[in-house]
Formats: sequence, C-alpha cells, structure tokens
Amino acid sequence: MASRDFLKNPKLEERFFRARVYMVAFLVICSIFVLGVRLFHLQIVSNEHYATLSQENRVRVVPLAPTRGLIFDRNLKLLADNKSSYQIEITPVQVDDLQQIVKQLAEYIELEEHHLKKFFEDVKRKQSFEAIPLKLNLNEIEVAKFSVNRHRFPGVEITARANRFYPFSGLNTHALGYVGRINADEAQKLDKQMYSGTTHVGKVGVEKFYENLLHGEVGYQHIEINAQGRKLRVLEKVPPTPGADIVLSIDARLQKIAQESLGERNGSVVAMDPVTGEILVFVSTPTFDPNLFVNGISSKQYSLLRDDGDRPLFNRALRGQYPPGSTIKPMMALAGLHYGATWAGETMYAGPYYILPGHKRKYRDWKKGGHGKVDMYKAIIQSCDVYFYTLATELGIDKISEFLSQFNLGSRTELDTWGEAKGLMPSVQWKKAVYGQPWYPGETVITGIGQGYMLATPLQLAVATSAIAMRGQGVRPRFLRATRRQAQAEEPASATAMPTVNVESDLYWDQVISAMVDVAHKPNGTAFRIGKDAKYKIAGKTGTAQVFGLAEDEEYEEENVAEKLRDHGLFIAFAPADDPRIAIAVIVENGGSGSKSAAPVARVVMDHFLLSKEELTATYGPKNKAQKNKDSNSLANSSANISINNAVN
Amino acid sequence: MASSYSIRDSLVNSPIREERNLFNIDPTLFISLVLLCTIGLAVLYSATSGEMAAITRQSIRFALGFAVLIFLAQIPAKELARWSPWLYLLGIALLLVVMMIGYSGKGAQRWIDLGVVRFQPSELLKIFLPMMVAWYFSEKPMPPTIPQIFIALIIIAIPAGLVLTQPDLGTALLIAFAGICVIFLAGITWRLLAVFGGIALASMPVFWFYLHDYQRQRILTMLNPESDPLGTGYHIIQSKIAIGSGGVYGKGWLNGTQSQLDFIPERSTDFIFAVFSEEFGFLGVVLLLCAYGFIVMRGLTIAARAKNTYSRLLAGSLSLSFFAYFLVNIGMVSGLLPVVGVPLPLISYGGTSAVTLLAAFGILMSIHSHRKFLSY
Repeated sequence: MASRDFLKNPKLEERFFRARVYMVAFLVICSIFVLGVRLFHLQIVSNEHYATLSQENRVRVVPLAPTRGLIFDRNLKLLADNKSSYQIEITPVQVDDLQQIVKQLAEYIELEEHHLKKFFEDVKRKQSFEAIPLKLNLNEIEVAKFSVNRHRFPGVEITARANRFYPFSGLNTHALGYVGRINADEAQKLDKQMYSGTTHVGKVGVEKFYENLLHGEVGYQHIEINAQGRKLRVLEKVPPTPGADIVLSIDARLQKIAQESLGERNGSVVAMDPVTGEILVFVSTPTFDPNLFVNGISSKQYSLLRDDGDRPLFNRALRGQYPPGSTIKPMMALAGLHYGATWAGETMYAGPYYILPGHKRKYRDWKKGGHGKVDMYKAIIQSCDVYFYTLATELGIDKISEFLSQFNLGSRTELDTWGEAKGLMPSVQWKKAVYGQPWYPGETVITGIGQGYMLATPLQLAVATSAIAMRGQGVRPRFLRATRRQAQAEEPASATAMPTVNVESDLYWDQVISAMVDVAHKPNGTAFRIGKDAKYKIAGKTGTAQVFGLAEDEEYEEENVAEKLRDHGLFIAFAPADDPRIAIAVIVENGGSGSKSAAPVARVVMDHFLLSKEELTATYGPKNKAQKNKDSNSLANSSANISINNAVN
Repeated sequence: MASSYSIRDSLVNSPIREERNLFNIDPTLFISLVLLCTIGLAVLYSATSGEMAAITRQSIRFALGFAVLIFLAQIPAKELARWSPWLYLLGIALLLVVMMIGYSGKGAQRWIDLGVVRFQPSELLKIFLPMMVAWYFSEKPMPPTIPQIFIALIIIAIPAGLVLTQPDLGTALLIAFAGICVIFLAGITWRLLAVFGGIALASMPVFWFYLHDYQRQRILTMLNPESDPLGTGYHIIQSKIAIGSGGVYGKGWLNGTQSQLDFIPERSTDFIFAVFSEEFGFLGVVLLLCAYGFIVMRGLTIAARAKNTYSRLLAGSLSLSFFAYFLVNIGMVSGLLPVVGVPLPLISYGGTSAVTLLAAFGILMSIHSHRKFLSY
C-alpha cells in the first residue's frame, strides 16, 4: 500500500527511523541504569538504615511489669499483698471508635467518670498498640457479663493482674502509705523504661519511700506484629525481676492495740525500739482504708474523706505538729544541769505563779496553790511549772534552743518515709527571720514548759524520748527491718546513730531518768495511775498542750470547754527504765490532761510489747480486745491524780 | 555516542536467523515472556501469602494472554493496519460506555462488567491508539508535516482525555505516551519536538490546576513522603523500607517481613516490586531489570528490522510502552516518581493488563515474522 505513495522514500525513511530507534534504545538503557542506581542506593548503600526500619516495623518490644514486692510486719504478717484481680483493657489500634466502644461497654460494666477520664488520659499518653486498662478490679458479675458479649468487642479484653491489697485495711495506712495509678505528672518523672509496663506507683509512706526496692525490674517481650498491630508470635522474652519484699519494724498486733486504745479519739501513738531505732507502732487516728486509693477513688468517696472534720487523711504521727508541753521538762532539767543553772537537789519555793523580774504578768502553775518547796526531782514528778519558768529564764532562749535541738526537736528525724514535718524549735534568730521581731523574755518563760512557738510531731517526741532512754546515744528511727529478694537471704537493715546529746556528767542522766521513773511510780507522780501496778519500771512524763490561750485570770475548766478546744493530752515514756526496749510518745487530741488520756494508751502498748502472754492474761484477762480497751479507759478514770498544765501566755 | 554504536550493532547488524519460526512465534521473546510470567506467579504467591485462588486466576489470565499472543502472531500486520481505525473507534466507544455505565472501583470508573469478566477498556487503548496513529502515518511520507502531527495529537488526545476523566492519570499518561512515541519515531523534527516540549512544560501549571486533590497529593508525597507518614506517604515509606531492607541477596522467597506482615499496601498489585526486591535483593532486581531490558531491546530490534512505516511505528511504540510500564512502576515504588496506578508488567496481579501486554507482544511477533511479506 505504501508503495503507491510517490513521495515516500523507503531507504531514507528506514535510515531515519533506525536513527530514532537507536536513540530510543540508548535512552531505555540509560533509564534502566538510573533505576539500577536508585535500587543500588536503596538496597546496598542504605541497606542498614532500611533494615533497621524494617525491624522496628515488625518487632514491638512489649514491657512485662514486675511483681511488686510484698510488705511484712516484724512478725512477718503480710501488710501489703498482691491480689490478682480482673481488669478490662482496650487496645486502641484494634478499635475503630473508642468513644463508641466505651459507651457500649458501659452496658455491661459499671463505669464512672473517673474511669473514663483516666482511660482517655492514658490513651493520649501511651502508644496505640498498648492495651490500656479501662477499669480495674472488676467484680464477678461484670466479668461474666462481658465474657458473654466478648465477640462484640474486638480489641477489648479482660486480663488478670496482680493488684495491691492491704489486708489490714486502715490499720497501717499512715505507716505504709499506699500505691495508686500512675498519673501524668508521675509518668514524667519516673524512669520511662523501668515503668513501661507498670500501672501503679507508691504514692505516700513506705510504699513511696521504698518504691525502688519494691518495684523490681521490668522485663521485655519481643513480639512480631503485622501492620495492623496484631500480635503474631513471641520472638524473645526477658522475664521481669520481681521487686524485693520488705519487712517493716512495725508490729501489726501493737498497731491494733494502740489504735483500739485511742478508740474514737483523734491522736497518735509512735513507739520505737530506742536501741535499734525500729519503729514499733506508728498510729494516727482516725485512719482510712488505703485500698480505696489503689484503683482510683471516686470523687465522692474522696471528698467524704477530705471534708471529714476529724481529718482521717492527715498523718498525725508524721505531720501533726503539737506544742510538746510538759513532755520537754526532762530535757529542760538536763539543760539546767548541763549548763550549771541548777543542781538536782537545789530547792526553790514554787508559788501559784511566776512573775518575771520587773514585769507584772503572772505565769500560772497548773496547780492552784503552787507546789511549795521543789527541787528538780519534784519539779519533774509533779510537773511543776513555776520551777521550769524560773529555770528557763535563768538559761535563756539561746541555751534552751541549742540544747533541745540536740534531741532533734525542730528538725526532721529522717524516718524512711515521705512528708515528715519538721516541728519547730524557736530561737532568737528564728523569730527575727520569721516575724522580724525581737525575742521577748516572756516567750522564754513559756518555752520552758513546751508552750509558745515550740512544736513537735509525735515521731519527734518518740525519737527524743529514745535519746533520753539511751542517755544521749540516740538512734535514727526507721521502718525498714529487712529486705528479702527472691531466693536470697534476708538482708537486715542496719541502725544509724544520731548525733550524741552532750551532757557535762552522766550523773545528770541518772538524776533525770530517776525523776521520770518516779513520775510513774511515786504516788505523787503525774502518771502514777499507770505505774502503780506495772510489772516493769516505766520512765515517763506527762504533758498537756494548750489548744487555745486563756486570759491571765481565767481558769481552765475542762468540762466547760468545747471538745475541739480542749487541751491535747501527751505522754512520753520508755520502759523498762533500766534496760529500755521501747520508747513511746502518745498524743490524744483534745483529750484533756496527758495523765488521763495519753498515759493509759502508752501503758497498754508497752504492756503488750514487754509482757509475756501469761502476764498479759493476768493483767487484762482472757477477754476480747474491745473489752481490753474499755479496761484501759476505766483504769484512767479511776485515778484521782490529775495533771493539768495550765500555762498562760 | 559510543554506546549507540553498540546498540546499533546489537539491533541490526547481529546475524539474523531468517528461517520462519513455528506459528510465527519469536522463540527468544516468547521464552523471555514465559520466564517473566513464571517469576510473576512466584512473587504473586508470596505477595498474596500463598493464596492459591489468586494464583489460579492469574494463571488463567496468562494462559488467555498467551492464547491471544499466539493468535495475533498469525495475523499479518497488513490486516492489523486495516482494522486499526475501527479498533480505535471501538475503543473510544467503549470508553464512552464506561463513562456512562461503568463499574466504579476505588473511586474511579474504569471497568466494564461483562458478567463473567470485568475489564478496563482503557487498557485496550494502549494498543488501539498506537495502531491508529501508526495507521494514520503509514501511507504518508516521513517525517510528518506539522498539520499531520496536529491531527495525530488530536487522535491521541481524545482517548487520553476520556481516560483522564475516569479519572485514571496513570493510564491516560501511558496511552498518550504510546501515541507520542509513534509521532517521535515517525520522525518529528527536533525543532518541533522542542516547541511541543515547551508547550507541555508551560501548560504544567494549568494541568496542575485540573488535577484531582489525591493526584496532587501523590506528587507532593513523592517529593517528600515523610511529610505525611501515615497518610499518602505511608505507601512510599513502607515500600522503600521493603526494598532497602532486602539488601544484596534479599530476605528470601516468602520471608519478606514487610511483605508477609502486611506493611506494604497494594502488595500484590502496584507495589509488588517492593515484595520482589525485599525477598530477592539487589541481585534479583538486577536480573529483573536485565530481563525487562532484554525484552524491550528485542522489541526495538523487531521495530528496526520491520520493513514498512506501520510496522515500524507500531512495534517501536509497543516496545516503548512496555518500557514505560516498568520504568514508571519501579520508579514509583522506589520513590523516584509519584504514585500513579501503573502495574509492574506481567508480575502485578491484574487481568486486563496481563492480557493486553501479551497481546502487544503477539503483534510484535506478527510484525517480526511477516516482515518479508510486507517489504516493498
């Protein structure tokens, strides 16, 4: 057909066409070469880079949370357990519409607002392939209801997890603290890797302080996943190392005794072994059930606790700062002896009040008629205020402050827990710094009987009492008795000495301690009611802390004062006096006199620590514990020897 | 141009076996194609994670494709030339039918459902259009005049435009490319080529304006895939990871983690090259490129040896179309070109493409074995 065309030149056209084909062929080869170079670059030059990316793509490292260490009391009673409970978890990547799924789940599982809030907060924080708990601690009905409808919820699963459980409920809360869900703030601060699988962290108390010991080390699971994030198989597994178990020095049995002795009253009991520093009792009433906080407390429950007038959330033993009142008198006496302001047998006349030379103001004694002729012994035994007003004035605030500071008043005891309050040991410098005012002599007077600015926590008082019991060789208080790692021997914790209290002569210790023994064992002692029938020697001191000031001429009438404004009763003691094994500080808020309210509590606790079972039965009878509690109260009421420290400022 | 001499040597001056082949089949090309299809099935087996149903279906398509190939090889190019305008018109008509009643798949109307099979008429145009343009030029003296080129461009623009409205940018470009190849091979002067090239460049912004959002996105994604790693960039990032992690020897057949764990989207169709390169490594890639290169060279050889305008232009254009297929596909999968829906010839899963490709090779074989009878 083409041959019919006159204008066609076949030879020329063929040459022309071939030239084009050659050119095209050349371009084709060049292009293939370019592709080759590109692929060379991807597969050879950048191979390592892409191999890494590919590995990251397919392998997910899934953390395996370690089991939290258990917490025992000194007799190896379990205080903090891990109880397996069911929780419902959602893996966001496997769910199309989270809101929708959660809404549907609410038909089977009771969901409160705080569950949802926490869940969506976690969704934002965690990666989409991680299973995020929606609600912990499901009950059996919820588990059953969900299980029946499980097929309707892909990406939603119920898993069993070990959850913290405190079998003694509120008994040890203020010592143990509790764990709770990790919040966004904590997530920032915690080691991201170590806590990658962990849901709970110690929030307060020992649980927080020993978090590192208790937590353990995270394990890993390398799992192969596909592009949808579904787990295909486990490639490698590094099991987690469980946290160490810890043995605390507290005694759950004594805790219970102490708590029951305090009864409905607000207060605190701190008892420790003055030799080792081990805390035996650490009670603050009222208390609360820490289990409420483990899986997220509802706002309703929380506000109930928060707004309770008795402040159950407040850790009185650790953070309650009270005027120590007359409990500092033995230390004041030591200061007087040490600085040579007096000697034990020196007598003075103590009238019903004290007047600073050149002033008019009367500083009253708690005893209306005054104590008459007193020496240091009698001043401690009867808690004579006038004697100590005089002594304080003679010593001056600088010496008082310096000497009492040696007993750790005004500074933290460094107990192994969180949030300890410092108390307050006033000084001239302190007042200048805080109030910008000079120190007035009248303030020295009332400091002499532990009133005024001075504040101490029950823990501090127990530590100071230990220091007296040990004649100045105090020891740091601690909760930790031992740690136990899996398959390893128990590692006992060791005692740390506190700075020694320096006193000119050891004789002074004997003098002050013998006066403290007489407080409990002499009929005129303020704590005779608890000492008279004791089977061991108690060295103690009562105290009363004023809650509100009285005018100069006013009389404090306990019955006439509203409970909230009634004095706090205090008592410090150690026993046996010649071989101290327990030092105790008790405070009963608004309990009135320390002799009536606090001392009996101390006696019951000391009895249960020091006496054998037979002796206990002989004293308290084979009754139930509630009965025992009543006994100790009647014991308190039967005695007529009342000590009220009626200080006036 | 030292290399062009060697190309010339291989294309023309190599000894030609003049004996007629059985059933007009060029054994070299035929064996290469069978080999490629076999590789294709093996890769597809891996890409579908051993889904036998897909393998069977693809095998049936290949069988159909080879049947068409053998059938077309028997038809002299002269006959094909005669049918060219009618086939072209048929193709246009089918495109119009698709526009009206076509089956929508993945957001675009490309399919005609014949009950038993669905096929894309746009695929037919990949053959019918170069046939038409070649037919148009066949009786005219070469090189073509400017008006002739304009008419050829209109012949190209009609089907390309129709396909573009489906919208299927990839196929439209490939169809247009097949037609333009014919014009180029016909001997358009460099000056004219420069002018058209200039016009094309100048119209790019206008063209950009008419692009669909997703098409624009694809071009932007190619320029910077990491800008949107979970959206449109995901395909490219994952396929690059697959290719790159293959290394020299690859991860082994059926062992590509990217492929087997579902990280490569469209891994049995457009992105099958990523599966291939992950599992067979750079060595496999070089061999595959050589195989493709060999087939294109064989096609160009056939074109160079053809004895009339129609055969030359058509053979050249079909060879170059095949070349464009794998160039664009591999370029796109390896992140050199934007993501346009172009399958990897004879390896990607897909019916119409496999059959039309093999049909094109049937035409090439026909041109090869009937060249003596068509010589002047």
